[in-house]
Amino acid sequence: MRLFLEVLEIDADGGAMSGTNLSQLQFAITTIYHFFFVPLTIGLAVIVAIMETLYVVKKKPVYKLMTKFWGTLFLINFAVGVVTGIVLEFQFGMNWSEYSRFVGDIFGAPLAMEGLMAFFLESVFIGLWIFGWERLNKGLHLATIWLVAIGVNVSAFWILAANSFMQHPVGFERVGDKLVLTNFSALITNPYLMNQFPHTVLAGFTTAGFFVLGISAYHLAKKNKSEVFQRSFKIASIFSLIAVLGVVAMGDRQGKGMVTMQPMKLAAFEGLWETEEGASFSLVALIDQDKEENPLAIRIPYMLSILATNKLDAKIIGLKDLQKENEQRFGQGYYIPNIPLMFWSFRIMVGLGFLMILLSIIAIFLAYKRKAFEKTKLFWLFVPVIAFPYIANTAGWLMTETGRQPWVVFGEMLTKNAGTPMLNVRPWMVISTIIGFLLVYAILIVIDVFLIAKYSRKIPSENSTLDNAPEGDQAVSEVTK
Amino acid sequence: MTPYPVIWFILITILYSGFFVLDGFDLGVGILLPFIGKNEQTRRMMVNAIGPHWDGNEVWLIVAGGATFAAFPQWYATLFSGFYLPFFLLLVALIFRGVAFEFRGKDDNPRWKSFWDWSAFLGSLVASFLFGVAFTNILRGVPIDANMQYVGGFFNLLNPFAIYGGLMFTLLFILIGACYLVIRTGDPVESAARKLAGQLWLPVTLMILVYGACVWLFGGNSGFLGWFAMIFFIISAVAALVSGISTKKGRSGWAFIWMSICILLFTFGIFGWLFPNVMISSLGVENNLTIWNASSGVTTLQIMTVVAVIFVPVVLIYQSWSYWLLRKKVTGENESLHY
Repeated sequence: MRLFLEVLEIDADGGAMSGTNLSQLQFAITTIYHFFFVPLTIGLAVIVAIMETLYVVKKKPVYKLMTKFWGTLFLINFAVGVVTGIVLEFQFGMNWSEYSRFVGDIFGAPLAMEGLMAFFLESVFIGLWIFGWERLNKGLHLATIWLVAIGVNVSAFWILAANSFMQHPVGFERVGDKLVLTNFSALITNPYLMNQFPHTVLAGFTTAGFFVLGISAYHLAKKNKSEVFQRSFKIASIFSLIAVLGVVAMGDRQGKGMVTMQPMKLAAFEGLWETEEGASFSLVALIDQDKEENPLAIRIPYMLSILATNKLDAKIIGLKDLQKENEQRFGQGYYIPNIPLMFWSFRIMVGLGFLMILLSIIAIFLAYKRKAFEKTKLFWLFVPVIAFPYIANTAGWLMTETGRQPWVVFGEMLTKNAGTPMLNVRPWMVISTIIGFLLVYAILIVIDVFLIAKYSRKIPSENSTLDNAPEGDQAVSEVTK
Repeated sequence: MTPYPVIWFILITILYSGFFVLDGFDLGVGILLPFIGKNEQTRRMMVNAIGPHWDGNEVWLIVAGGATFAAFPQWYATLFSGFYLPFFLLLVALIFRGVAFEFRGKDDNPRWKSFWDWSAFLGSLVASFLFGVAFTNILRGVPIDANMQYVGGFFNLLNPFAIYGGLMFTLLFILIGACYLVIRTGDPVESAARKLAGQLWLPVTLMILVYGACVWLFGGNSGFLGWFAMIFFIISAVAALVSGISTKKGRSGWAFIWMSICILLFTFGIFGWLFPNVMISSLGVENNLTIWNASSGVTTLQIMTVVAVIFVPVVLIYQSWSYWLLRKKVTGENESLHY
C-alpha cells in the first residue's frame, strides 16, 4: 500500500487527492495486479510448448506428463490474466477519457491489433489445446500450443508498442488538441520498443523459468522420485539462465538508450542531481528530494558513465539541469519524478537480476553434475526464489511508469490533464471502484494461490489410477481435469 | 469526404453483432446453469459445451472495444467515461463468469462448485442485462454537452426503456443459449433446453417487436436509416419466430442458425438507427457524436482497414474450424468433460 501511496505523490501538484490521483491509484492497482499473471503466461506458454515438442519428437510419455502438469498450472494462471486484462482496456476510456481523446488516434490502433492478431489466436487455440488431446493428431495438437505461445508474445509486442509511444512518442504530429498518426512503421519500430519488447518478454521467460525451477525443486527436495521434476528442473535451469542473461543485456541496452531518449528517467533512477563527467554510480543512497541532494551515498567512481555510454568520462546530465531544460521547453512546472521510488525500484530490479543469474547457474550445476539430484537439501533454496522475478517485474514497471511522470505522453500531455473530467466521473465513484477492484482481486488472488499450490503439489505418474481418464492416460487426465 | 469512418462503423457493427451472437449463447448458458443444470453432472455438461469457446467469444468484445478506441476515440472516451459505474459492474460480472468456467472443475468440494455456479450465473445475468441497458441508452440518447462530455449522472441510465432493453438482451441470450445447448449437448440437458426454447421463442418474438416500437417512439433522433432499422427489427422478430418453428419441428441446427440471424439483425437495427451518429445527445442534435466528428485520422483508419481485411477473415476461419472440430455433442461420459 505504501508503494501505491508513493506512486500517488508523483503528481507534482500535490495537495488533496484529485480524481486523477485516484485514477492513478486505480491504474497502479489494476495494472500491477494484471502483470502478476502476464509474465508467467508469456514464459510458461513457451516452456509447455517446448515440453510438448519433446514429447512429439522423442515420444517419451514422461514429456506428456510434464506438458500436462505445467499446462494445468498455465491454465489456472492464464484464466486470471485474461479476465483482469479486460479491465485495462476499459479503463483508458473510463478513467482516462481526456487521454483517450488526445491520443486515441495513435494509441487505440495497437490495442485493436493486439485483439485481432493475438487475443483471438491465444484464446481459440488454448480451447483447442485443452479439448484436443483426444481429437487432434499429435502434430496438430502441438501446433495449437505453439500458436498460443506465439499469440501471447505478439500480444506483448502490441501493448508495449502502445506503451513505448507514451515513453518516447514517434511517428505523429499535433493537430489542434490531438495527436495524429503520421508514420505507422515509426510507431512499431520505435527504438524504445526495440529494447522494451525483448526485455519484457525475456522477463516473462525468466518468471516462468523460476516458477518451474521452484516447483520442481519443491518435489526434488521432498525426494519425490518422479522423472517429471528432474527433467523439468533441467530444462528450466537452462531456460532461466538464457532468459535472465537476455533480460540483463536488454536492460543494459535500455539504460544506454535512455541517455538520448529519456535522460530525465536515467538521472532519476540514479539519483543524479548534478551534471557530471565521469559520473559515479551510487550503490545505495539517502535521497532528499526537497533539498535536491543525497546526504549519504556509497559511490563507485566512473561507473555510471561506463554503464550508460561505455565511456569512462562521458557527461551525464543531472536532474537540476534537466529541470531547467524542461522548464525552458515546456514552461513552468516540476518535471522531476519521484526519485527515491525510482532509485530503489531500479536497484531492486537490477540486484534481483544478478542474483537470478547466480541462481540459475547453481541450478544448472545441481541438475547436470555427476550424481545430480542426490543432495536434496539445497533444492529448498529454489522455492522462495519463485518470488524474485515477480518482485523484479513489478519494480521494473514502477520505475518505467513513474519515471515518465509528470507526463502521461512524454513532452505532449501531463498526467494531471489526462483523467476523466470530474463532472461526470466523481471522486466517490472512483473510490467505489477502487474498493470494488480491491475486493474482487483479493478474492481472486486467494483462489489462484490456493489452486496453484494444490496443483503444484500433485505428483504426476503413469500408473496412478484416477478417475476421468481415457485408457493409458490416467494420471495425465487427472491433472488437466 | 473519406469513406473510412463509414467502413469502420460497419466493422464495429459486425464486431458487436458477432459478440452478441457468440458470447450471447455463453451468457445464456451461464444464466441457465441453475435452471437446466439440476445436478452436478448436467451442470458440468453445460459448462463443457461452452468451455473451449467462451474465451474466444469474449475476444469479440475486446476487439470491438479496441476498434472503437482506435477508430472513434471520442466515442470510446465519451461512452466509457459516461457509463462509468455500469461498465465497472460489467467488468466485475465478466471477471466472475470467466474464472467460474475455468475454476469450477478444479476442486471437488460441493461448496466450491456451488460458489462458481453462482458466480457464472450472476456474472452472466448481470453482464447480459447491462449490455442491454447500455445499448438502449445509446439509442435513447443521453445528456452530452458541447464538449462531448456525458453530464447525466448514474441514475439517468436507469430509465424504463433501458431496463426493458436489459430484459430484452437477457432473454435473447437465454434463448440462443438454449438453442446452443440443444445442438451441443446430449440428454438430459438437450431435452430440457429444447423444452425451454419451445416456450421462449414467442415472448422473444413479441418483445423484439415491442423493442422496435419503443425505439421508434422513445429513441433519440435517428440518422437517415431509421426506417431501415425498423425493417431490421421486424426481420429479427421473424427470425426468432422461424427459430421457434424450427425448434418445434425438431430442426435444432436451423433453430440455432435462425436465432443467430435474429441477434445479428437486432444489433444491425440498433446500429442502423444510430448511423451516422455514434452517441445521440439528448441536449441537442448539435452535440451528437457522429462517425465524422468522433473518428481518428485517415492514416490510422487506412492502416487498420488493411489489418482488418487480412485478419478478420483469418480469425473467422480458425474460429469456425475450432467449432467444427469440437462439434461432437457433450454427453455425460467423462472423457468429453474437461472443465
